Amino acid sequence: MVFEKVKKLVVEQLGVEEDDISMESSFIDDLGADSLDIVELIMALEEEFSLEIPDTEAEKITTVGDAVEYITKNS
Amino acid sequence: MMKLAKSIGIIGTGSYLPEKVLTNFDLEKMVDTSNEWIIKRTGISERRILDEKLPTYSMGIEAAKRALENAELQAEDVDLIVYASVTDDFYTPSNACIIQGAIGACKAIAFDVNAACTGFIYALVVAQQFLLGGNYKNALVIGCEALSKITDWKDRNTCVLFGDGAGAAVLGEVDEGYGMLNSFLGSDGSSAMVLNAPNLYVSEEEREKRKNGKLDSLWMDGAEVFKFAVKTMSSATVKVLEELNMTVDDIQHIFPHQANTRIIDGAIKKLGITDDKLYYIIQKYGNISSASIPVALDEANKEGRLKKGDNMVLVGFGGGLTWGSIVLKWV
Repeated sequence: MVFEKVKKLVVEQLGVEEDDISMESSFIDDLGADSLDIVELIMALEEEFSLEIPDTEAEKITTVGDAVEYITKNS
Repeated sequence: MMKLAKSIGIIGTGSYLPEKVLTNFDLEKMVDTSNEWIIKRTGISERRILDEKLPTYSMGIEAAKRALENAELQAEDVDLIVYASVTDDFYTPSNACIIQGAIGACKAIAFDVNAACTGFIYALVVAQQFLLGGNYKNALVIGCEALSKITDWKDRNTCVLFGDGAGAAVLGEVDEGYGMLNSFLGSDGSSAMVLNAPNLYVSEEEREKRKNGKLDSLWMDGAEVFKFAVKTMSSATVKVLEELNMTVDDIQHIFPHQANTRIIDGAIKKLGITDDKLYYIIQKYGNISSASIPVALDEANKEGRLKKGDNMVLVGFGGGLTWGSIVLKWV
């Protein structure tokens, strides 16, 4: 399931607790990410799901739900 | 891959770092930042800063002399000086010529190359080509930067990153099968402005980015550069090794350009390299651009970590955009 996989990566990359992550969690506001954390996370998602996320699309991914939705549509 | 006419390798190293140390605690007093924040985001604890009254080339002269001493050569034995930097002291003469004069390398030809943080890799490959041509025997390759001179000390996003220093290597002919086994260079000018420091021309766009600060300071799109750096550091490493039918398991050391520990750690994780193959200098010197690889190489060399026959990858990435990698077998 995409959400579970994304959650696992977010835990790894941002060092947050699994229970704190929901579809609504904002990477910056709720999970304490900075701009480089987001770049690292996007790169990890690209690798995990074997896809290329263009920068213009990556900018729109600000919550866990955004990531799940993008991946579901594009993989 | 073409078979090389002869083997060219590094036969001596040297480096010089200014004495003045600027710690994260010093920076806390200059801009709104903190020691913990800088360490967590960059891995840097302190950096060296050149006395502002001194020219950048002064560090290059010292590094060059030390490399010649290590190679047991005299200045008169040098046929070629290639100097890599983005912080030259003059439009003309080149710092390469100034250093040639200062050390008395009277037989050498000397010129600069500008490939930003990839500068030392580019300069090594340029020097190797000259040496392979046969008219030149020994080359002095120098990476030397005083980034403090083009840093906006009021910009907390960038001023915590950079430092000053110089490193040098002497290139000469080595036994067959040793030295530079393969190299790879890349450039992408379509992304030229993602990392820039203006000189004679400052466009409206660049002026806007620096509206409250220094017009000739370094600016970068941190997220873009980060992504580029992690990707190219790993792809350039894989490429030079693959062409030799080697993998990361065949190398004992990797000397990447050290801009940020998060770039290095991200890339080595991607490559599957353990961090005991790395020699970190970024925590004490910050990002010193073209000097980072030769300084790390020299310190590892002087500590006796590099054994004859050890395979290593030197890999750089930086403004231009430029990138490059070299597989080297130590002599």
